[in-house]
Amino acid sequence: MNPVKEYFNGVYLGVKTALIGMRVTFSHLFTPAVTIQYPTQKMKLPERARNRLYVNMDDCIGCDQCSMACPVDCITIETIKSTPEDNLGVTSTGQKKRLHVPVFDIDIAKCCYCGLCVPPCPTECIKMTDVYEFAEFDRHNLIYSFATMTPAEIETARVKAKKMEEEAAAKKAAAAKAAAEAKLKMAQAPAAQSATTSPVAAPQPQQSAPVQVGPLPVSAQPKADQPTAENPPADAGPKQE
Amino acid sequence: MEQFLTSLLGDTIWVHIIMGALPLVFILPYALVTIYLEMKIAAHMQDRLAYMRTGWHGTLQPFADILKLLQKEDTIPTAADKILFLLSPYIVFTGTYAAFAVLPFSKAYIGSDLNIGVFYIVAVSSLVVVGLLMAGWASNNKWSLFGALRSAAQIVSYEIPSAFAILAVIMITGTMSLNSISDFQSSGIQNWLIFGGPFPMGKKLLLFPFMLIMFVIYYVASMAEVNRTPFDIPEAESELVQGYNTEFSGMKFAMFYLSEYANLFVVSAIVTVLFFGGWASPFGTFMSGPGWDAFWFITKGMFFVCVNIWLRWTLPRLRVDQLMYVSWKVLTPFALFCVLAIGLIVVW
Repeated sequence: MNPVKEYFNGVYLGVKTALIGMRVTFSHLFTPAVTIQYPTQKMKLPERARNRLYVNMDDCIGCDQCSMACPVDCITIETIKSTPEDNLGVTSTGQKKRLHVPVFDIDIAKCCYCGLCVPPCPTECIKMTDVYEFAEFDRHNLIYSFATMTPAEIETARVKAKKMEEEAAAKKAAAAKAAAEAKLKMAQAPAAQSATTSPVAAPQPQQSAPVQVGPLPVSAQPKADQPTAENPPADAGPKQE
Repeated sequence: MEQFLTSLLGDTIWVHIIMGALPLVFILPYALVTIYLEMKIAAHMQDRLAYMRTGWHGTLQPFADILKLLQKEDTIPTAADKILFLLSPYIVFTGTYAAFAVLPFSKAYIGSDLNIGVFYIVAVSSLVVVGLLMAGWASNNKWSLFGALRSAAQIVSYEIPSAFAILAVIMITGTMSLNSISDFQSSGIQNWLIFGGPFPMGKKLLLFPFMLIMFVIYYVASMAEVNRTPFDIPEAESELVQGYNTEFSGMKFAMFYLSEYANLFVVSAIVTVLFFGGWASPFGTFMSGPGWDAFWFITKGMFFVCVNIWLRWTLPRLRVDQLMYVSWKVLTPFALFCVLAIGLIVVW
């Protein structure tokens, strides 16, 4: 381009673009501001916004699944078995509660808001809320305890559970004794039967080491006792229903 | 005004003190209003809201800002040239305030109706450069010094086109007194010099395009003289921290701040006087009188202050070489040509 023409073109463009810019800014002077005045005005959160966790303890069955799903281990759950005579009630989804939950802590400072704890919950009692203003001056205040049990209740539940366990252990020991006696009888009495059972039983000692001959009956005993001795509280529920 | 005060108080020193202090009475509330306006206009041009919490729509924010500045610790760098450092903000403000002496706020009120009013302003506002250079030099800080040097180079460069624009007006009006220049354009909007002044139609039409160009030249040059965006390279944050006032805090910084805004009004007022009739009412004798004169003068001045703010939030900062290009290769030749043309028209 001719230098003279370029010069005048430059001046013309300079003035023109400045005026265009002024028109743009002037029009923006009267467009409504996009500012949201935060503490008084708030943006509507998306429907599935993930913020502070909340646990509805009335529905919690203490299954520990949320804690296991948590990638940062911010959920701590402790449970105490309930005795058959305890009635802990039913969750809103109709499930029977069988465990006391004395500790249900969520360290929200560790929480990464991934929401992985929500889907495993069988009773949908842990959920992400839309609360996001929970700053604290002390970090320890960010550990939320959801458990509703009082220390006294926890203590009585512990004692009861322990007692029940002892009883169960005693029962188990008795059952084990009975089983051992039964086995002894079986081993002593039917010598003729051993001929028929040996082809089936014989390969087993061959596969496993001969040392296991000793422990074998011990491990076999609880298997036989399982329905009666080891799981009485679990089975007691349905039976009562 | 002076006569009125003399009749009221007698021929005492109080008359002169009151006459001298009146512009200060104007500057302080003006600065508060302009700080507020600047922030509000800036925000709304960017679709924001600016201050909303201090008072109704943040109207008390400028007071809060001033209070904050007053409370701040007044630090002086150990390596600074103490005397110059302490002196510079006051020299800058003095240079600015001195210009108010000849501003005709109203037909009845002018600090001093010098017959070389415009020339006085050009001369006195150069004192500001001295103050800025002192500030930059005394800070013993490379950014400050760079800012001051840039500021000096810029103000000196832009004084030439602005002086040409003033010269053109002086050629038409035949006077340098700002009061007389305003008087020359009174009795109606059609007599303002931007529209060719009070001349017969043919001459007016001939003068109009040149006066328009002169107005643009003067406005751009004045913007550069007060170091406002797009000509704020002396305090370009991205390059120079804060330029010459990097090391200043508290009251001294407030002085720089105040003089920047006061200077902004001075150049806007000069634009008003030179091209838009000064205190003259746009409706001839309607709404004119000492009080109305002051109203028109301040309204017109504030209008150009607002335009300045508007430009500030529109245009990006120029580079140093672009700045010099605009001054020496665009504004100066155009101004020179227009002065010649206007001179020929006036003689004819």
